[in-house]
Amino acid sequence: MIPIDHIMILSAILFAIGVAGVIIRRNAIIVFLSIELMLNAVNLGFIGFATHMHSMVGVLFVFFVLVVAAAEAVVGLAIMLEIFRNKETLNLDEINLLKW
Amino acid sequence: MNILFYLFAVLAVLGASSVLYMRNPVYCTLSLVGAFFSLGVIYVLLNSEFIATVQVLVYAGAIMVLFLFVIMLLNVETEKRFPFRWRPPQVIGAVLAGVIFVQLVGLFANPRSQTGPLADYPADRLAREGTVETIGQLLFTDYVLPFEVISVLLLVAIIGAVVLAKRRVKNEGTEGQ
Repeated sequence: MIPIDHIMILSAILFAIGVAGVIIRRNAIIVFLSIELMLNAVNLGFIGFATHMHSMVGVLFVFFVLVVAAAEAVVGLAIMLEIFRNKETLNLDEINLLKW
Repeated sequence: MNILFYLFAVLAVLGASSVLYMRNPVYCTLSLVGAFFSLGVIYVLLNSEFIATVQVLVYAGAIMVLFLFVIMLLNVETEKRFPFRWRPPQVIGAVLAGVIFVQLVGLFANPRSQTGPLADYPADRLAREGTVETIGQLLFTDYVLPFEVISVLLLVAIIGAVVLAKRRVKNEGTEGQ
């Protein structure tokens, strides 16, 4: 039996790496990858606690998170394609159309 | 079994952290695929075979391939002209990530957050009745409303992606396509 502490610490490490990626990197696709990484860290937390608590709710929640992540990736990448067509860049510092 | 967990935990952290410092987005995506695959192995070790399968098929297989498609379609080479440097935003980001990590560990590793009444799906019952059967049964009885709602969500995402990615013809007279 894997100790729940260690699973949670792994989940926290992955989530923190995701947060750092969102803030540090300036490429929109890398920021998106970091968001996926954070979703996966949360999934790991759900699975860890579900196993620990003998529950199925965490597993079902992971299922729903997966679907939301897929939908988010599809729409986000489509938006990115459109931005790249208009501005020829994916650098987040240069995408400042709302800042007048 | 525990050794496998620590081995793949290290692999997951290595794959995830290389997203932070690799220049080429293709390398970032591929290392993240490795991290997701390691997470799938950890899910198997945690008795969630179904989620492990879905993780490898949907995450490492479908979503990451979608990312790769977009990266190769856009030919993103711009980041090579902006090498990574430790400027104030980067320092703030690293500090903030550290703070969030410490808080999460303090929250999760707190023994009080790990107690509570055990639910009625222990590992031996799941092994007897089958994980996939149990998930399917719950999904179509207790959780049928969320299940239907996410099907609508997927439909909305499909329509949104098609509308967004549709190439607009600039010529006058031909409105859209």
